Amino acid sequence: MSLEPQEFEELQSKIGRKPTSTELQIVAAEWSEHCSYKSSKRHLKMLPMKGPLVITEKGYDSGVLDVGDGYVVTAHIESHNHPSAVEPYGGAATGVGGVIRDILSAGTRPIAIFDGLRFGNIEKDQQARWLFKNAVTGIADYGNCLGIPTIGGEVEFDDCYENYALVDVAAVGFGKKENLIKNHAKKGDLVVLLGGSTGRDGIGGSQFASDSLESEDRSAVQIPDPFIEKLIIEAILEARNQKLIHAMKDLGGGGLSCAISETADALEVGIEMDVEKVHTRESNMHPDEIMVSESQERMLIVTSKTKLKKLQDICKKFRIGCSVIGTVKSDNQMHVRKGKKTFANLPTDVVANATLLDLPSKKPAYLNDIEKEKKLKPISNYSKILLKLLGSPNIASKIWVYGQYDHEVGIRTVVKPGRDASVLRLDNGKFLSAKIDGNPKQCYINPREGAIGCFEEACRNVVCTGAKPIGMLDHLQFGNPKDPEIFWTFLESLKGLTDFAKDFKIPCIGGKVSLYNETPAGPIKPTPLIGVLGLIDKTPLIPQRITNGDCLILVGDTKDEMGGSEYFEYIHKFIGGKCPAVDFAKSKKNMKSVLDLIKKQLLKSAHDCSKGGLAVAISELCMTNQVGCKVSLEKVPGQKLDVDRLLFSESHSRYLLTVDKKNLKKLEEILKNNKVSYKQIGVFGGSEIKFNKNSKPIIDLRVDKAQKTWVNSLRDLVLYG
Amino acid sequence: MKVGVIVFPGSNCDRDMYHVLTDVFNLDAQYYWHEKSLSKNIDAVILPGGFSYGDRLRAGVIAAHSPIIKDVQKMAKKGIPILGVCNGFQILVESGLLPGVLLKNESLNFMCEWTNLIVENNKTPFTNQFKLHQKIPIPIANGEGRYFVDDDTLKQLKKKNQIVFRYDEIVNGSSNRIAGVCNEDGNVVGMMPHPERAVESEINPIDNKPSSLIFESLLTKIGVSN
Repeated sequence: MSLEPQEFEELQSKIGRKPTSTELQIVAAEWSEHCSYKSSKRHLKMLPMKGPLVITEKGYDSGVLDVGDGYVVTAHIESHNHPSAVEPYGGAATGVGGVIRDILSAGTRPIAIFDGLRFGNIEKDQQARWLFKNAVTGIADYGNCLGIPTIGGEVEFDDCYENYALVDVAAVGFGKKENLIKNHAKKGDLVVLLGGSTGRDGIGGSQFASDSLESEDRSAVQIPDPFIEKLIIEAILEARNQKLIHAMKDLGGGGLSCAISETADALEVGIEMDVEKVHTRESNMHPDEIMVSESQERMLIVTSKTKLKKLQDICKKFRIGCSVIGTVKSDNQMHVRKGKKTFANLPTDVVANATLLDLPSKKPAYLNDIEKEKKLKPISNYSKILLKLLGSPNIASKIWVYGQYDHEVGIRTVVKPGRDASVLRLDNGKFLSAKIDGNPKQCYINPREGAIGCFEEACRNVVCTGAKPIGMLDHLQFGNPKDPEIFWTFLESLKGLTDFAKDFKIPCIGGKVSLYNETPAGPIKPTPLIGVLGLIDKTPLIPQRITNGDCLILVGDTKDEMGGSEYFEYIHKFIGGKCPAVDFAKSKKNMKSVLDLIKKQLLKSAHDCSKGGLAVAISELCMTNQVGCKVSLEKVPGQKLDVDRLLFSESHSRYLLTVDKKNLKKLEEILKNNKVSYKQIGVFGGSEIKFNKNSKPIIDLRVDKAQKTWVNSLRDLVLYG
Repeated sequence: MKVGVIVFPGSNCDRDMYHVLTDVFNLDAQYYWHEKSLSKNIDAVILPGGFSYGDRLRAGVIAAHSPIIKDVQKMAKKGIPILGVCNGFQILVESGLLPGVLLKNESLNFMCEWTNLIVENNKTPFTNQFKLHQKIPIPIANGEGRYFVDDDTLKQLKKKNQIVFRYDEIVNGSSNRIAGVCNEDGNVVGMMPHPERAVESEINPIDNKPSSLIFESLLTKIGVSN
């Protein structure tokens, strides 16, 4: 966990002398993959980052979108994978804490949390169950205490995460445009460390996260304290209102080393600091430890001498630490002292800008024939198969998870978790819709199409609430980038996302790259996670209760694309087959048409069709509304397909619309005009989920029986194994 | 007509409550930091939900020792309407203003869900507009929300009409399905569910009218016509 030999030489030649031990620690933290993005940075530039609503400021850790009337929305995504795999409670909790402080850094109040959780096979693996249970509790205890609602996310289990965990947290903030912190600093300004004390926890955390997970280094995991974080949020927003903050940065990976060097580099100044002034949790901490400790709940603030007193008064009110640790200089140096003795004195641009790598890539051999399908065992009873899928960990209701998260606090949550995307009301009368989606099963089979699929799925989800996608967050999680085959999958995913973002004019407003997600058993499947934010100008589509006689419309073609489907992987234990691909032109047309129908208030609800295919998506509608449905499979738009394809294909760009009979004509007119592929495939009523094909019964399942399985199976699995 | 909203370190429903009092019910509300004194001319006091002191030791127990609680106790004696919601209820219990104790939910988990309350006492300043046994759809969000009293105290509570709200179904294992209680005089009320999350139709998926009656009851009590 230190510099590579060539990096050491590079540092030595750049500064023209031998680095001190403190300097080595600082540079090793900042040049780690986690902080420097050295493997990915030159490629990330391909993503479109600009758009009419995007506001860019220097030194921001979160993306900012103008939502009109003088208001902005901020958003960011982070992961805490290595720590959560070792200590799931603390790892997941501090993951929430870190991303919240990124939102706060821009001067906005955090208003929502989303989490994407991935673990090994919890049906077989006790360790995975333990990781899952404790990560959920960690997120709940932290987010609930802060009073920030956790309003969405996803949970997935796959053998590739055995003995590992992916814990991704996204957060959204809201505030007035005029209150955004415009980071600036001038000579003589003071550098203040605010919040929790600096301790020996999380030492070397960023380097720990920049290597394969082989040791359970628990001391590299930080300790969460949501109460202090809550006090910091309120103190900082009070300081913001009084205009006391010139510049601000969260202390995350790399601790003070990164915060100081990156702040100085972004603002083109120097910072001189004294480690003796840092309020520490224990005495006798070495300067090296103070500089790289990743103790949580700390913020770095630049303020002026005249404003210091007011800032201190606010900290006193909230009883949080507030130490003046340094001053702003004009020399572009990062100068670390202990009393009078210098421990490090480095040019900030050297520290903050690691040399970027240009890693080789090569198409993995396994991809050559993975999209070929094998012969599957014939299915005799599709009702049984559907019930089995509804109770499977990836498809079962996640109410056991989101029921532990306060998703109402803040009184903004208009569409609650458990639906397609959650919707928040904003102070200007508009609504924000947001969703995160990943699909490692498809990304493994086809990294490009899989990544595009995640992006489109997140878009579909916000579209189902009536929102137009306005921004995207990407979180790219892969194995060791020095393996050319893994790096190839990274590049393919990134290129796919870039193409989709450009074509759909959805700017990437923030993101994160997490590499080295491996254990001695091997790398994870490529796991890009995509968050999409959507804006609703007037009325969101809040799903209305579906009743007898309502019509079920399917928009979009169902194709023979079974690769990575839950049906192949969970039922047939087969990894392979053709990965679903998004047709950009059709996708756009379907999206636009659904938004059109919602705007004209013709729909009772709109539901995305994804994991588990049509059979699962229709069952979800039946179970949430406690109503049966009769579906005629021969009417499903697209080519003629076998029954299992029709039921379980996970083709993209499909929407299930429910409409009152009286609005059917108007709806069909619009869909026809837009030349969208659609059909009425069923009618709601009765108390069974029924699928027929040319009048031949295929599935007949009682709604209450299906619901019991769907609602309880995940909880039962966690509690009783 | 002034309503004081007390803010403890870690309160997190204070802003929601303030919004409902001012923007929905046009009341004059004012925040009070826990170290300040309550103004003499105050007409009602609300202790909002949240995690005062991060729920350390036990939910509400540290906040119950805040300087402002002395003022709250004085006001309680004077008969001024006082409402504690969620963590506010826990603080009122810990400060001795209300009987009983709040334990961890039977599931041992934090629970956030919509439930139904039944009004059992419609004589308090926060329930005088309800019909007896009226139902209120309302969300709960707590980890330590299981109200517990011993059998003798329960008998006393029933006798003195101190049970204000009960859950329609078993939610968390509370004694007698109790969701809210009042003091003997009826002016101090504590409840675990969150009325401030239920009074606006935009965020209430069921019916926002019943929970609004909690605030309309207060308006009637302190003599403001809405």
